Amino acid sequence: MILALIEHDAVAPSGTSLEALTLARQIAAATGEPLHALAVAGDAGKLGPSLGDHGVEVLHAASFVGDDAYAPRAWARAVLAGAGAGGGQGAARAVVAPASDRGNEVMAYVGAIAGLPMVANCVEVAPDADGSGWRLRRLRWGGSIVEEAVLEADGPGLFTVAPDSVAAEAAGAPVATELRAFEVALEERDLQVRVNEVLEPATQGVSLTDARVVIGGGRGVGGEDGFAVLEELAELLGGAVGVSRAVTSLGWRSHQDQVGQTGCRIAPELYIACGISGAIQHMVGCKGARNLLAINTDADAPIMSKADYAVIGDLHAVLPAIVAELRKELAR
Amino acid sequence: MEILVCIKRVPFVGGTVVLTDDHRQVDTKFLGFTMSPHEECAVEEAVRLVEAHGGSSTVLTVGAPEAEEQLRYAMSLGMDRAVLVDAGARELGPRSVAAEIVGAVETMRSAGAGPDLLLLGNEAADTGDFQVGILVAEALGLPCITGVKELEVAGGELRATRERGRAREVFAVSLPAVCTVKEGLNLPRYPSLPGRLRAKSKPLATSEAGERVEQLRMQSLVVPREERRQAEVLGHGADAAGRVVEVLVELGVVKR
Repeated sequence: MILALIEHDAVAPSGTSLEALTLARQIAAATGEPLHALAVAGDAGKLGPSLGDHGVEVLHAASFVGDDAYAPRAWARAVLAGAGAGGGQGAARAVVAPASDRGNEVMAYVGAIAGLPMVANCVEVAPDADGSGWRLRRLRWGGSIVEEAVLEADGPGLFTVAPDSVAAEAAGAPVATELRAFEVALEERDLQVRVNEVLEPATQGVSLTDARVVIGGGRGVGGEDGFAVLEELAELLGGAVGVSRAVTSLGWRSHQDQVGQTGCRIAPELYIACGISGAIQHMVGCKGARNLLAINTDADAPIMSKADYAVIGDLHAVLPAIVAELRKELAR
Repeated sequence: MEILVCIKRVPFVGGTVVLTDDHRQVDTKFLGFTMSPHEECAVEEAVRLVEAHGGSSTVLTVGAPEAEEQLRYAMSLGMDRAVLVDAGARELGPRSVAAEIVGAVETMRSAGAGPDLLLLGNEAADTGDFQVGILVAEALGLPCITGVKELEVAGGELRATRERGRAREVFAVSLPAVCTVKEGLNLPRYPSLPGRLRAKSKPLATSEAGERVEQLRMQSLVVPREERRQAEVLGHGADAAGRVVEVLVELGVVKR
């Protein structure tokens, strides 16, 4: 079997889980193995119908004795139990999970406990010609480089699937998913690291990841005070301000505002990048933007080759003019 | 408190990635090197913890001998000593790197100076394998908290917080423990001139990495072809403002 780890909110699988499930189904088709899924805690049984649409023949619904606070090692034990459920020939040939924080974490534990390599951020996986190993493609450098690799493992292949790289698609023919609930036997050590408390966010304005418009500022903004005009424009457009890593490293803005490989990923309708050169560290964070307007003094900056629109000039002259023009427009 | 920080030397990649002719590495002819961003925060945190709680700090890397540059940099920020596990020009996979770190920790332990806290980056900037910290923790029988953005040590307890969407998850474990951290944990300092001078004479121990069979073998690297867009130039300087607002309307960002 090919086993897919599903993250869910007790109602539906997460988007990245469906992407991982799609890759798992491709592997199942290529290997002639049945497709199974595994979900932990909550009311995983409710997921049956949506998983059936994705071709899942069996859903292994794992539960633990005691509370169900997230504990990565306990989840890994659930995955290992599910992967071995068929025994012998029926055991998993591959386990596929989303490359989310939890997906990567759980699969790293699975690899550590089972003594098997875990391959993160895959975008393609297929059995090799003689069926003993795998050929795969995975992302490096936040998606700026694709690695082509071969994996030889003396056990199931362990893969996580890079977000937004495999389009989630339902199966051609839906199946009825059989539910197999089981309880996972745990050791004390499995619960040593567990979520002890969840702190809900204080309500605040438009979040960077949800904003329809993001005004980005880079080193060209020149200092902490330079952001006033970006804030002003963001407020007029109902958007949020994001920054490059250069800005947070200089201490001009909090890291929470950082867009990039080590910051957040944004996907607005419009991203206005001001005084940002376009280092790949930043660009992998904003490649989800539908439209990119770059404002830069350097017409040859790398960001220009990725922009839809450009204004050549100093943001300190351009932005106040846009704000003034926009106020006129909005006052009409 | 004894703290061990593990770092990785990576090229400082700018606006475009260029590969070597054999398509097996990033071409670094014209690039400088740095440590992965998350690890800069791990170093900063270790220096602050030793300042606050006493003890000492060690920075370790498994990689090319040239990684001495990153070890000296970490020592210029306040790390006390360094360990270089020399793997030559080989690119070791995460399981091999973890095994080398575990070996180094066992050496420290047998010398009576085993670390109370191990800090690593959540993932390396280049290969992004997301597992070395967990592999090390499992081999040493220690708890591991990943993706940490806030960290507090008091009375042998470690309390760490990480983000999940807009909420935050809190974990608490007893030391010794392993933490993998993310950028944003703190704002790393820059080295001072005296710090740079001191770093030159701080102790650096070198050992050889073992020979290991990699089960995951990279065949080649590819830079995905991106459609190179021809940006529509809306104008120069402040004179472009009128046209910019027109585009905002066209895109539906501003309603007319």
